[in-house]
Amino acid sequence: MKLYWLPAYEVKQKILSQELKAEEVTQEIVERIRMVEDKVNAFITVCEDEALKKAKEVDKKIVKGEKVGVLAGIPIAVKDNISTKNIRTTCGSKILENYIPPFNATVIEKILAEDAVIIGKTNMDEFAMGTTTETSYFGPTKNPWDLTRVPGGSSGGSAAALAAGEAFLALGSDTGGSIRCPACFCGVVGLKPTYGLVSRYGLIAYANTFEQIGPMARTTFDCALLLTVIAGWDWRDSTSVETPQKSYVEVLDGELKGLKVGIPREMVGEGVEEKVVKAVYDYVFRLEEFGVKWEEFSLPILNYALPAYYLIAMSEASSNLARFDGVRYGYRFPSDGNLDWNDVFSKSRRDGFGAEVKRRIILGTYALSAGYYGKFFLKSLKTITLIKKDFEEAFKRFDVLIGPTMPILPFKLKEKIDNPLALYLCDIDTVPANLTGVPAISFPCGFSNGLPIGVQVMAPPFREDLTLKIAYKSEKILGFDRFKPNL
Amino acid sequence: MSLDLKVKIGLEVHCQLTSLKSKLFCGCSSNYRGKPPNTCVCPVCLGLPGAMPVVNRKAVEMALLIALALNCKIAKTTFFARKNYFYPDLPKNFQISQYDLEGGEPLASNGYVTFTVNKTRKTVRIRRIHLEEDPGKLVHPGGIGVSPYTLVDYNRSGIALVEIVTEPDFESPVEARSFLQKLRSILEHLGVFDGSLEGAMRCDANVSVEGGGRIEIKNISSFKDVERALSYEIIRQKDLIKKGVKFGMETRHWDETKRVTVTLRTKEEEQDYRYFVEPDLCPIVIGDELIEKLKKEMPELPDARKERFIREYGLPEYNAEVLVGERALADFFEECVKIYGKPKPIANWLMGDFLQCLHSLDVSVSQCKVKPEHLADMLMLIDKGDISIKIAKKVLWEMMKTGKTASVVVEEKGWRRITDEKFLLEVIGKVFQENSKAVKDALVDGKAIHYLVGKVMEITKGMADPELTNKLIREKLAELKND
Repeated sequence: MKLYWLPAYEVKQKILSQELKAEEVTQEIVERIRMVEDKVNAFITVCEDEALKKAKEVDKKIVKGEKVGVLAGIPIAVKDNISTKNIRTTCGSKILENYIPPFNATVIEKILAEDAVIIGKTNMDEFAMGTTTETSYFGPTKNPWDLTRVPGGSSGGSAAALAAGEAFLALGSDTGGSIRCPACFCGVVGLKPTYGLVSRYGLIAYANTFEQIGPMARTTFDCALLLTVIAGWDWRDSTSVETPQKSYVEVLDGELKGLKVGIPREMVGEGVEEKVVKAVYDYVFRLEEFGVKWEEFSLPILNYALPAYYLIAMSEASSNLARFDGVRYGYRFPSDGNLDWNDVFSKSRRDGFGAEVKRRIILGTYALSAGYYGKFFLKSLKTITLIKKDFEEAFKRFDVLIGPTMPILPFKLKEKIDNPLALYLCDIDTVPANLTGVPAISFPCGFSNGLPIGVQVMAPPFREDLTLKIAYKSEKILGFDRFKPNL
Repeated sequence: MSLDLKVKIGLEVHCQLTSLKSKLFCGCSSNYRGKPPNTCVCPVCLGLPGAMPVVNRKAVEMALLIALALNCKIAKTTFFARKNYFYPDLPKNFQISQYDLEGGEPLASNGYVTFTVNKTRKTVRIRRIHLEEDPGKLVHPGGIGVSPYTLVDYNRSGIALVEIVTEPDFESPVEARSFLQKLRSILEHLGVFDGSLEGAMRCDANVSVEGGGRIEIKNISSFKDVERALSYEIIRQKDLIKKGVKFGMETRHWDETKRVTVTLRTKEEEQDYRYFVEPDLCPIVIGDELIEKLKKEMPELPDARKERFIREYGLPEYNAEVLVGERALADFFEECVKIYGKPKPIANWLMGDFLQCLHSLDVSVSQCKVKPEHLADMLMLIDKGDISIKIAKKVLWEMMKTGKTASVVVEEKGWRRITDEKFLLEVIGKVFQENSKAVKDALVDGKAIHYLVGKVMEITKGMADPELTNKLIREKLAELKND
């Protein structure tokens, strides 16, 4: 097998044993990117020089016998809404096309402290608003399994980079499914951690209440490794908490016997493609062979999940994105001094933001306006409280909830981009985990005509270990991590 | 129509917590005054994408201390909210503030403050107290009308502000001003605020005259201007009412230079701030233990201190009131008493020449070069007879300007009273020699002695001890008579 397809953990072992130099590994990935990037467009920025520099540093450390981190020499792709010091961070937007952050996000500090090599910043839907990576100012990313199809979104670049062998690990962010959706469409593993487990400091906010940075990888083991590195309390993020788990790698092994699984009917019901439903049930039947008990049950409150999610998310977005006015950084409408600040602000925003972002800003502004706040914003908050309650009840009966990640298979580029409502509906199965804050993982459970199908496992808050354990065992049972796309 | 229409005034006061070392949501220094533009900044107070606020616990404690001192009811749980509006001095285009939203309250509400105005006691109700961040500062080089561009200095961005909102309980501009002075003294006594710093206390006022609409005046930065702006606005409104002109709610801007208010926006243009809970901060639960701890730590407040000054130092009520009106002045007084021991002359000097000097030099008590020990030194020189009251006034001025001690000033200027008999006798001898006619007159007419004393004073530049000089001249005249 080609080096770029190896699991991150194996590569690290080879680097530590000096069978491979970190520099060679990075060089290999740079070559791979050169080879396939024209087709995939997973990256907005490739940091070849910085990456090689960092790799050489790691090599030096190893030669000198110094202690190296657990991600020593591993090229990692970072979603372009996570701030990287001295590396431009665009959020997939024209308005931040040339924005270079003067500070690192906490997760970046953490992966660098473990000697990871940042290979590039990945493409994404503009400000993480989308399900296809088509709203990016830098052009769409294509699904490595079928270049005519979308990779999912909004962390489509991160998922595609993994699926195309352009990185060993990736960081994504998940506000309403943005890690799990592309993980599902690209056939990789993606975890949205419990709200508060990973610091959001440095993540350019879309909807603060829902989002988390999370690990993405081709194997569950690698995913657990990356989660171990990025999890934990951070004084700079007041909503973060101390992780209950020191290592998510050590708790992967174990039997699934006696595990109680609940399948919410609303997640496999109307609007879910038959192939997807079949793949999920086939998977559950396989689990049965390993002593897992499962049961369908109803969570009718989920019918209100999408409107509640979009209302709050857009409201927060309208405020979060207000700072992009061209004064301090980012795109500014050229003015020869004859425009007042009002004009400069609005013209900069008019030209700097794409259509979907503007749509969400306008809707969010409307929802927060006097007279509507109670009707929309507050009502949504109340709905979320009810959904949380029902989830708590569900977790009294079941250890985990399982359903499809996406209700449909990866669709064609441009197929749905002009139908925002249809795209919003695609988030039906992923949004509940963001509303309730619980951890949710997506991993491949089948293929249909060469396109991956993903299954989602949700667990009670801070039970990432459980989701990872199930994914790890499933990977061994199903073996889908062996399949690679032909590029 | 009578012009004796009732006036209602309410105030919205913004006070910086100047005693804090860092800003409200980040670790940047809050000591931004006089620093080069945009040097006290970080990703948080610049509102860079991805940066997140962290609440300064000390700021919350200080705000609670203020709330307790203003007799407020403290919220059990409080949270921050975003106030959304676009303005170039706001790095995020929203301000993290507090608001009454479902599920939470401002930090404190329903308090009151009692103060003295024209020798009568007056109580106003406090509606609410909350914490918020200060915006940056817009700078127009050469003046707002001249400058072709606007510069933004974010050093002030994120400084902790406490907003104190009163009920519309004031009936005249002077009441509003007296309240602000009292408020300043309370905040200073709490140790959270230094009112002598420029822009540390800013004020919006709303005024309504019977029969008119509620007018809000923004951007008032000094106590004097509060009185001026309100007086202007009341006259303006009364005039409109007299002429029968109808007017509704409006926000006006106080132009400090022209001393007029101008329309900023009318009710139809009022902003919708689209408040909602700040999602990056957790609600703050205010426990009883914290409140008990703060109550125990509560320092002596101006009212109690005034009573103590009357009781302990035997000061008249008015003097005590003036001294505690400014914490630094009251502290100065007590420091000085410790050294010098006689409260009454200290109080008289402070309230008289001392404040006059400060006023003409335009400095605050804390900036002033004269320290309590300096004043005590001067008073002791008076007691010893080394200087007269008249000279002492000159000495105080010198001390104010140079920062030298009274003794040094007296020595350098040669202002010490001359009591050296031998020296004075020499001078008198010389005067007698040169003024033989006057001596002859004096021998006959006792009143003519003044001329001779005057001559001695002339030669000694007024420094000769007048009593001693008198005595020595009389003795010398007596000697001559006997001869």
